[in-house]
Amino acid sequence: MSAELALLGPILAAMLAAATPLLFAALGELVVEKSGVLNLGVEGMMLVGAVCGFAVAVQTGSSTAGFVAGAAAGAGMAALFGVLTLLLLANQVATGLALTLFGVGLSALIGQGFVGIPIADVPELYIPGLTDLPVIGKALFGQDALVYLALAAVPAVHWFLYATRKGLILRAVGENHAAAHALGYKVIRIRFLAVLFGGAMSGMAGAYLSLDYTPMWAEGISAGRGWIALALVVFATWKPGRVLLGAWLFGGVTIAQLHVQGLGIDIPSQLLSMLPYLATVIVLVVISRDVARIRLNAPASLGKVFHPDA
Amino acid sequence: MGKALMGLATGAAMLALGVGAADAQEKMKVGFVYVGPISDHGYSYQHDQGRLAVEKELGDKVTTTFVENVPEGADAERVIEQLASSGHKLIFTTSFGFMNPTLKVAQRHPDVKFEHATGYKRSANVATYSARFYEARTVIGQIAGKMTKSNIIGYIGSFPIPEVVSGINAFTIAMREVNPKAEVRVVWVNSWYDPGKEAEAAKALIDQGADVISLHTDSPAAIQVAQERGLWVFGQSSDMTRFGPKAHLTAIVDDWREYYVNRVKAALDGSWKSQDTWGGFKDHMLFLAPYNPALPADVVAAAEKTRTDIMEGKRHSFQGPVKDQSGKVVIAEGKQATDEQILKMDWYVEGVQGKVPK
Repeated sequence: MSAELALLGPILAAMLAAATPLLFAALGELVVEKSGVLNLGVEGMMLVGAVCGFAVAVQTGSSTAGFVAGAAAGAGMAALFGVLTLLLLANQVATGLALTLFGVGLSALIGQGFVGIPIADVPELYIPGLTDLPVIGKALFGQDALVYLALAAVPAVHWFLYATRKGLILRAVGENHAAAHALGYKVIRIRFLAVLFGGAMSGMAGAYLSLDYTPMWAEGISAGRGWIALALVVFATWKPGRVLLGAWLFGGVTIAQLHVQGLGIDIPSQLLSMLPYLATVIVLVVISRDVARIRLNAPASLGKVFHPDA
Repeated sequence: MGKALMGLATGAAMLALGVGAADAQEKMKVGFVYVGPISDHGYSYQHDQGRLAVEKELGDKVTTTFVENVPEGADAERVIEQLASSGHKLIFTTSFGFMNPTLKVAQRHPDVKFEHATGYKRSANVATYSARFYEARTVIGQIAGKMTKSNIIGYIGSFPIPEVVSGINAFTIAMREVNPKAEVRVVWVNSWYDPGKEAEAAKALIDQGADVISLHTDSPAAIQVAQERGLWVFGQSSDMTRFGPKAHLTAIVDDWREYYVNRVKAALDGSWKSQDTWGGFKDHMLFLAPYNPALPADVVAAAEKTRTDIMEGKRHSFQGPVKDQSGKVVIAEGKQATDEQILKMDWYVEGVQGKVPK
């Protein structure tokens, strides 16, 4: 059994890394949804962030520049979504899906010249003593900067939403845009900024994948993680702290099922992979009942088009 | 889903171009349908190398069209139908999942010839072809058995289909022949192409003590992980050296160039007929990427001998006695696995950990 125990440290470290892109993207989408907008384009924004981040890192030789470029590219994609849905009042669900399709194609196009170029990944932290601690050392004190950045984003987003006036206004817009508008808040502007933030976070998630997690560009590198991030927001019932737990759960299950297979433990790997989604479906079913919806704090205006003259 | 629609969109756009460009000298049109991007530097990339060889060799007689990222399923049928109905006289469909769509379209277009890769259903105008990938796995299994110190070999599998399972078995038989103490641990990622998951699988196997990684998935992610952790790894479908020059021992490289040129020639001179081709080293359908200079000379010499023996028919990847995991002899002493047995393989040989997922 000690062999399995020795695996605990590496599993924890891998789980934190696997959770990182989910955490970036889901936290961004959480803020977007809290403002009352549903952007299903996460996967597309992630891919464009991944390819732009990679391209800039290759050109400049700096992964920091790449990471910033990834965030900017994600925000750029989100701006497109914002113009279509907030200014031209297009249907959010359809536009978000279209944004993902567009992102898949655009990233493949941009990335054509960057396939097969290896780059150095982001160095990992090493603190003598702490990193060498058994079990938790590598997981807590031996990751790269982006993992810590994603973790730091959790309290930051929570603090913004629940402890600042701007966060309160953003939530008000998401709950009842007509009332917020009547009070004189600029609903469209607030939502646009939220959408941009969500895009930047998705872009960072993508850049983490192509610069650090698997340092390369490959078409479709995000492989559905954007959709997982969307599920994660629902799973977490729009609470930043629960997003963290959810990301660890989704990431942890992924890593655990690979280890279970390697150790020859007789559990179907597909069953393990399925569990977090099952939980998400249950949450979705529960919130479709109005009373529960309020209890699970889904933004009341989520996905509804706001027309100031209405 | 996004990929599917994207693939269709690019496909439709490309076909529109193909249809628009009416050909002055009546060149024969040849179509290619790929499951992945040609930039994958793995499986689809090699099929496209075959197409380029056709262009180079027979460019004065044929024009080629390709559609990449075609999902296996209903979309594939539409793409193949579009190629068939826009004047393509020979169409290569290069993934297992294109089997039924290819046969359906072939029925409607008896005047068009089809070539389907890795499938087992044929008709008057549908031929099939595949490579004996397991032959190369025998060679790399032997290298792995000699290079491992921990006696744990990690194997990243895509889907538990016979092609992959027979590869695992061929690898394990050759590995145990030179190192009976070594075992193979298989992790399935349930995808042909997911760099993140392939990297996670490689890390999980290494964390469990594997010091050599073999893969049957299409991305170079595991090569990078092995490089970072200072271990050994084998590339898949294409030479992946540049993703991990220190770690990359060699790679199994698919080579369709000769086959594609020959089949297009046959279609041109009227000698084409439906047949099944399953070629290995001797048919130039696969070869090994250059060996890592770090490999000891005796390991390279033994690997080369194994490869030439297979080529000359002196050695078979499944030479009896071969036992399954329970120790039961499945392929008797003095016998070799039949093609049928290899094409239906759904059991592990002795030395593989875990069970084949059902």
